[in-house]
Amino acid sequence: MIKRLVIFIARLVSGSGIRWQGCEPVPRQRVYFANHTSNLDSLVVWAALPPPLREVTRPVAARDYWKSNGIRRYLACRVFNAVLIERKKPTSCDNPLADMIEAMGRTHSLIIFPEGGRQPGCELAPFKGGLFHLAKDRPDVELVPVLIENLNRILPKGEFLPVPVMGSVTFGTPIRLEAGETKCTFLERAQAAVKNLSHL
Amino acid sequence: MTPFMDKQMFALVGGVTALLVIASVAGWILSVAVTDDRARGTIKNLNARVKAWWVMVAIFGLAMATGGIGSVVLFGLMSFLALREFITLTPTRRSDHRTLFWIFFIILPLQYVLVGIKWYGFFAVMIPVFAFLFVPLRSVLAGDCEHFLERTAKIQWGLMICVYCVSYVPALLLLDLPGRANQNAKLMFYFVLVAQISDVLQYVWGKTLGKRKILPSVSPNKTWAGFIGGVVCATLIGTGLWWATPFTPWQSAGMSLVITLMGFAGGLVMSAIKRDRGIKDYGHLIEGHGGVLDRIDSLCFAAPVFFHLTRYYFT
Repeated sequence: MIKRLVIFIARLVSGSGIRWQGCEPVPRQRVYFANHTSNLDSLVVWAALPPPLREVTRPVAARDYWKSNGIRRYLACRVFNAVLIERKKPTSCDNPLADMIEAMGRTHSLIIFPEGGRQPGCELAPFKGGLFHLAKDRPDVELVPVLIENLNRILPKGEFLPVPVMGSVTFGTPIRLEAGETKCTFLERAQAAVKNLSHL
Repeated sequence: MTPFMDKQMFALVGGVTALLVIASVAGWILSVAVTDDRARGTIKNLNARVKAWWVMVAIFGLAMATGGIGSVVLFGLMSFLALREFITLTPTRRSDHRTLFWIFFIILPLQYVLVGIKWYGFFAVMIPVFAFLFVPLRSVLAGDCEHFLERTAKIQWGLMICVYCVSYVPALLLLDLPGRANQNAKLMFYFVLVAQISDVLQYVWGKTLGKRKILPSVSPNKTWAGFIGGVVCATLIGTGLWWATPFTPWQSAGMSLVITLMGFAGGLVMSAIKRDRGIKDYGHLIEGHGGVLDRIDSLCFAAPVFFHLTRYYFT
């Protein structure tokens, strides 16, 4: 019940603005990587997926944020089955990358935000290395760029009343790690893939 | 008050339904007969439009059937959706957030409440005087001066076009026409019909005969043939509907001409704003048409002028 309600609200937010521009919503193992501007991001991308895909897709989220109170913990663990990772001080036994790869297994897809945190403006921050390591460890998985727009205008940081502007979620053409590509060029290319989805 | 059971109203609704039946049949025949790939795209769009028209006419008809309140609520909702599209495509800053909350959830509903309670005096000045002063005041309190004039102007324009102008359509119901008590629903129907049919006919003439563009830098779809054909035909239709209005046939012709010309102006101005933002449509809520704002851009400009002309000369 609560799950349905949450999905309904998240769908209302993104409205009719869900676009599959470079790939189809087909059931195969993928990593969706998106820009990060609002706390609603993981929820909205997850809810934008059709139900069969949603069932096997887990957003990767910050443990410190989503474990900080009961409602968030309920949402993260029970509603969208998030993979909660340590982003402040990763250690060898608390390694976010290992957690992500383990969470994927052979069946699950992930939603990740390679900027590492919410960005205040519209500019994309440089991507962190996790995406590169995922691409290297699991070359069989499709990497789908996702652009989230306007969510930060609906409910900016520090506000409690929402404004009903239309958000949008755009899924782009999958990219892959080319042979011999360095970490730096791959991450720049991945970032550009997200940025280029902007239709304005 | 049962304006819907009125014989003239019945004729108007029946006429529109007949028109849609003809359009649907024609669209079906075209979709079977035409094989050229490029033309098929146009016909697919045409059929999507006709289908959307059925839905829009049904919604409008239902709203009218409930008497005044239904129409006020319907246009209030359209204002809300249009304003949502407008603000979405207009870059605002973080510091405008509270102002935006006010315009969506306080000023917009208030405007339609004023229409609902028929308080003409306040309805006519609430947005252009009070809201226009309030918007910059609320924004300045956020303490952000960057692009201040631009931001304020954008929000004021959104209010003006999407809320103030649109609210003039249901406001036709509060006009006090001598000897025609409870017949305002027909006047509103007449207005919406002429404005929308003018859009449709401009589209039809433009697609069939249109070559020379009027203002290619603003809108690639507006041609001289479309403009003249649409305006003349819609004016003729409007003239033929004089019996549903307080006008004589000649007055009805004049009014229809004003509605169609203002509607054209609205389409042109709203196109310029879209072009400025680098987009084609304001949204994709209505299949084949674009967003709500794409469908009602002609109403926005025509409604206040039609309202005040009628109010000045006929009440």
